[in-house]
Amino acid sequence: MPITVNGNEAELPHDPRVSLLDLLREDLHLFGAKKGCNQGACGACTVLVDGQRVLSCLTLAVQCEGRHVMTVEGLAGDNGLHPLQKAFIEHDGFQCGFCTPGQICSALGMAAEFDRGVPSVITEDFDDDGVALTPEEIRERMSGNLCRCGAHNGIVAAIAEVHAIQGDRTDSREAAA
Amino acid sequence: MSAVSNAGHPGTAVGLAANQWGQGDNPDPLIRHKHGLVGTSVSRIDGPLKVQGKATFAAEFVKEGLTYAALAFSTIAKGRIETLDTSAAEAAPGVVLVMTYKNAPRMKPMPLFMTAEKAAGGDNLPIMQDDRVHWNGQPIALVLAETQEQADFASSLVHATFKAEPSVTNFKEAKRRGTKTGEFGGGPLKLEIGDAEAALTQVPVSIDAQYSTPRHSHNAIEPHAATVAWDGDALLVHDASQAVVHTAWSLSSVFGIDESQVHVTSPYVGGGFGSKTLWQHQVLGAAASKLAGRPVRITLSREGVYRMVGGRSQTEQRVALGADKDGRLKAIIHTGVVAMSHQNALPEPFILATRGAYAADAFKLHVEVAQMDMLANTFMRAPGEAVGTFGLECALDELADKLGIDPVEIRILNEPDKHPTEGKPFSSRNIVEAWRTGAQRFGWAKRNAKPGSVRQGEWLIGMGCATGTYPYYRMPGGAARITLRKDGHARVEIAAHEMGMGTATAHSQVTADRLGLPLDQVTFGYGDSKMPGAVLAGGSQQSASIGAAIVAAQHALFAQLLILAGNASPLAGLRPEEVGGFNGGLVALADLARSESYASIMGRAGRDEIVVQEDAPPPMELQNWSMHSYGAMFCEARVNAVTGETRISRFLGSFDCGRILNAKTAASQFRGGIIMGLGLALMEETQFDERNGRIMNPSLAEYHVPAHMDVPEIDVIWNDIPDPHTPMGAHGIGEIGITGTAAAVANAVFNATGKRVRDLPLTLDKLM
Amino acid sequence: MTPFTYSRASDTASAVQFGAMAQAKYLGGGTNLVDLLRETIEQPSSLIDVTGLSSAITPTADGGLLIGAAAKNTALAEHRLVLSHYPMLTRSIVAGASAQIRNMATVGGNILQRTRCAYFYDTEGSRCNKRSLGQGCDAIDGFNRNHAILGASSSCVATHPSDMCVALAALDALVHLQGPTGARVIPLVDLHLLPDNDPGKETVLLPGELITAIELPSPLVGGRSTYRKVRDRASYAFALVSVAAILAVEDGKVTGVRLAFGGVAPKPWRAKKAENALLGAPATEATFRKAAEAELAHATPLSGNGFKVELAIRTVAALMTSLAGDQS
Repeated sequence: MPITVNGNEAELPHDPRVSLLDLLREDLHLFGAKKGCNQGACGACTVLVDGQRVLSCLTLAVQCEGRHVMTVEGLAGDNGLHPLQKAFIEHDGFQCGFCTPGQICSALGMAAEFDRGVPSVITEDFDDDGVALTPEEIRERMSGNLCRCGAHNGIVAAIAEVHAIQGDRTDSREAAA
Repeated sequence: MSAVSNAGHPGTAVGLAANQWGQGDNPDPLIRHKHGLVGTSVSRIDGPLKVQGKATFAAEFVKEGLTYAALAFSTIAKGRIETLDTSAAEAAPGVVLVMTYKNAPRMKPMPLFMTAEKAAGGDNLPIMQDDRVHWNGQPIALVLAETQEQADFASSLVHATFKAEPSVTNFKEAKRRGTKTGEFGGGPLKLEIGDAEAALTQVPVSIDAQYSTPRHSHNAIEPHAATVAWDGDALLVHDASQAVVHTAWSLSSVFGIDESQVHVTSPYVGGGFGSKTLWQHQVLGAAASKLAGRPVRITLSREGVYRMVGGRSQTEQRVALGADKDGRLKAIIHTGVVAMSHQNALPEPFILATRGAYAADAFKLHVEVAQMDMLANTFMRAPGEAVGTFGLECALDELADKLGIDPVEIRILNEPDKHPTEGKPFSSRNIVEAWRTGAQRFGWAKRNAKPGSVRQGEWLIGMGCATGTYPYYRMPGGAARITLRKDGHARVEIAAHEMGMGTATAHSQVTADRLGLPLDQVTFGYGDSKMPGAVLAGGSQQSASIGAAIVAAQHALFAQLLILAGNASPLAGLRPEEVGGFNGGLVALADLARSESYASIMGRAGRDEIVVQEDAPPPMELQNWSMHSYGAMFCEARVNAVTGETRISRFLGSFDCGRILNAKTAASQFRGGIIMGLGLALMEETQFDERNGRIMNPSLAEYHVPAHMDVPEIDVIWNDIPDPHTPMGAHGIGEIGITGTAAAVANAVFNATGKRVRDLPLTLDKLM
Repeated sequence: MTPFTYSRASDTASAVQFGAMAQAKYLGGGTNLVDLLRETIEQPSSLIDVTGLSSAITPTADGGLLIGAAAKNTALAEHRLVLSHYPMLTRSIVAGASAQIRNMATVGGNILQRTRCAYFYDTEGSRCNKRSLGQGCDAIDGFNRNHAILGASSSCVATHPSDMCVALAALDALVHLQGPTGARVIPLVDLHLLPDNDPGKETVLLPGELITAIELPSPLVGGRSTYRKVRDRASYAFALVSVAAILAVEDGKVTGVRLAFGGVAPKPWRAKKAENALLGAPATEATFRKAAEAELAHATPLSGNGFKVELAIRTVAALMTSLAGDQS
């Protein structure tokens, strides 16, 4: 069974040492996921595997057989940039742009985790269903993605804005139903 | 994206700026131009590429037949390689080449940064030319293989033994062996005015304290990398660089080829902060590529960055301040010792800010150097000021506390009316205003002057402040080419750099305003050594350098356009200084009815494009004025009374940095500097094992930089007062944010707890 | 990485069969092992991927919980029964690493992760008895801020880095093992070994033995619990000191207590001395502090981590006091 990357099937490497990150970059020439440390310390290589945010540098490519990988390159659709990509631009959620694909993929995974009720270390009450995705919650949940240029404020603002808009949309759908 | 356009906006023609700076009161007319693109929040033009992962960084150039490099490093600080067994590595699968001093091509050492106009080298040592070891972590072998996995594995099979020689890896021992006065910018880091020591004994109030700061690493998230290929004797390097022309020239010197044979590109740089210059890896990559006859990708491992790319050195500072009972400074003493390697020439110049910060009668400033056997230290964001302001601004806080004077007021009280040690007038210094507006916005008046008096649960809360300052520089070497097409599109090309500062965006705005074009009719080319100029992205000088170069080229462009326009044009008879860019063409400044579009002028002349290239004039403005960026930094810190953990809950930077070119990207530059300053204050330290000179936290897991959770919402404001003596009225903004920040944090921590921590970082053990 | 073969285990029996072969290593989420492979600290010739084995989280007959060792850390932290019955476990997990790593790491792998001692990691340049017995330990007189103050030896001062395990230790978790010669169940606190003279031997696991599940006994009746982690960065950093505490108080007296420390010892440290001092004692800050002092009375701080003694004591006192306050 091959691996699926952004909807396209790809061959797994023969050498099991090849990380998912190196497969993406060196074999598939998808350079969006970045090698910032290659040791799981910076988050720049974050991609979504079956919807979960993971570090592609610590994932052996062979472990992803049959799985669906989404990288930042798979985000923009026929209608242009993903809302989160637009929000990152609008809020200046990056400077050099190197950690950016990882931040964006991580933010997508983070929002899904939050929406299904995964608590964070600063979530005070696990029983409270009304926990809001505050800037502080975003900061904690995004702390695995380092940024050295100091775009943290813009990143958090972009994520908060998009999550709030999508939350509104969900709420209005529920209200209509 | 803000689709702001000035095209067609009547009355907004921008005349030529005088193509000379610092010659009297002749400000850039762009300063008066209030309704253009400059100053607005244009989103960065490379944003769409970056958010899609489509911006091509140095390690992302695809080449036919590419090989991958991995390095092995020394494990002693000084001595010789005794044995070097590469047989297992050579026999490993996929290996193309193992290069050591035994087979590396003959190369000259890198020209050491700042020793020649275009020197870019981080050190001046022979690179794999002999068996000598100069620091713990020096590369001793390079393996090339078909894949990165193969190269990495083979490099682990290189076995070396070393014959160690006595080395100095202990700072105390280095100092014991004797220090010498540091040199910076061609002069000694030593300045005495009056007898400061004597003055100190004669004042009613004084502070005399020792401050220390550890080593720091830049930690750009992009590791240093280069994709290298030879074509005969021509060398192509796709680099991560903040100095493409310097790097090309320096590499040509290393390989003994003509400068024109080296082509360095660097379209995107994943953070630099002073580190992305020429280090040994580009040389090694090029040497291996030459030997193997194949293109090479050399990406330093994160550990490799720590082993091979220097950072900020450690400092020990004495700051003594003497004042009268009203708080007026009489004596300022700032002296101390820094560690420096034998193979570089940057003594961390921590007194730079002190030279011009405050008025006083007597000064004694001195940086001494203790040499150590270690990786070459280097420039890191605000070299000197970042750590020097920690000592100075903490000491001033201590003095204010002793005097019972508000820390903001003591700074305003000691505001000099001219540069206190050079005597030159200030070109533009409005720090008092920045203090006043900042204090009001931050709610400084609510600060309780008594330390340890505000508490919420376990958390002690305090406020602190400090002055940030960084010089305005404009280095020689600026040059620009403008290509104006008949369709009214202008392309500016400068061998400058975009590491995330927003350079390309801001200067597209500037060019659009100057030429009277909409933003989408301007492109900004940079990051290529074949382009004009030798513009360093360093010293916060790049914008001034680019700005002056564009003005110079614009003079040539307008002159040519007027010649082409000829007598048939409404512009006939006008001189370049009598016209301005407006609505896609030129207009007479004195009579807006006299205008002609670029398309019309060029069409009539039968020209598809005009290409002009000019050098920027020398930076005479620096001869006549003292020029600096300033910041009033305010911090609110919370310190846990149980654990000593410190959290920054609020921060405000109130800046006086001339005209701001792009509000959005400038705010990010300010914030970025401040956040690196928070790291400097709270957590950052490159752990140098003094037993053997080895860096022991070569990892982003062990070297802590601020994570999201460490960074509160950071407020930045600026007074936007243009400097009449600089291009665009602007000052540099890339480094100012990190200055003063650590002191503001430490002063806030003191206000919160009553504990004065004088050695960074402010880890919890110092506050328990 | 040294070359290896890779295979995916479809069931425990075949995993153990392959795992018993020389130079074989089980692979979970890879968050630590892949790094160790890259550093050539681990050089197995074959990797057996056990992430496909049981990850089920199911209630046990006696009111506890059985957790398949392949369960991801996040899956465990967000599980309904964990959130409601073992919230301290969730708190410990989400205090660890980053969300990405928690999404990858398995429970079994988390338990068996190795120390992050910088000298252990520096294969070329530093001496380490854990990597190579008899070399010596460069950490003892080096940078040892993150190192142990309890349970270390003159051969090794490394700490176990897990947060989750600290909670598991306090929860009296049991570890289900399957080996070539059969299955057994041992307390988690007996799984990890102190370094003594052979720091390379970190657990009691026999060759080929695989962690198949973790079992949590039913929660302590009337107990309040929480986890507090103190570190050098606000998030995404290993613990300097962490404390997992369960406390039951009746009429102002401690009727039940379980206490474990992280960041201070080569293994998740169950603070039995402190527990013994507290049972039946008045639930006051002074007794909590005294109990913590008793636990740390024999601490052996190093040049760079002496502050951990007081930090641990203070953290325990504050944490227990707040737990007691919740019940008053």
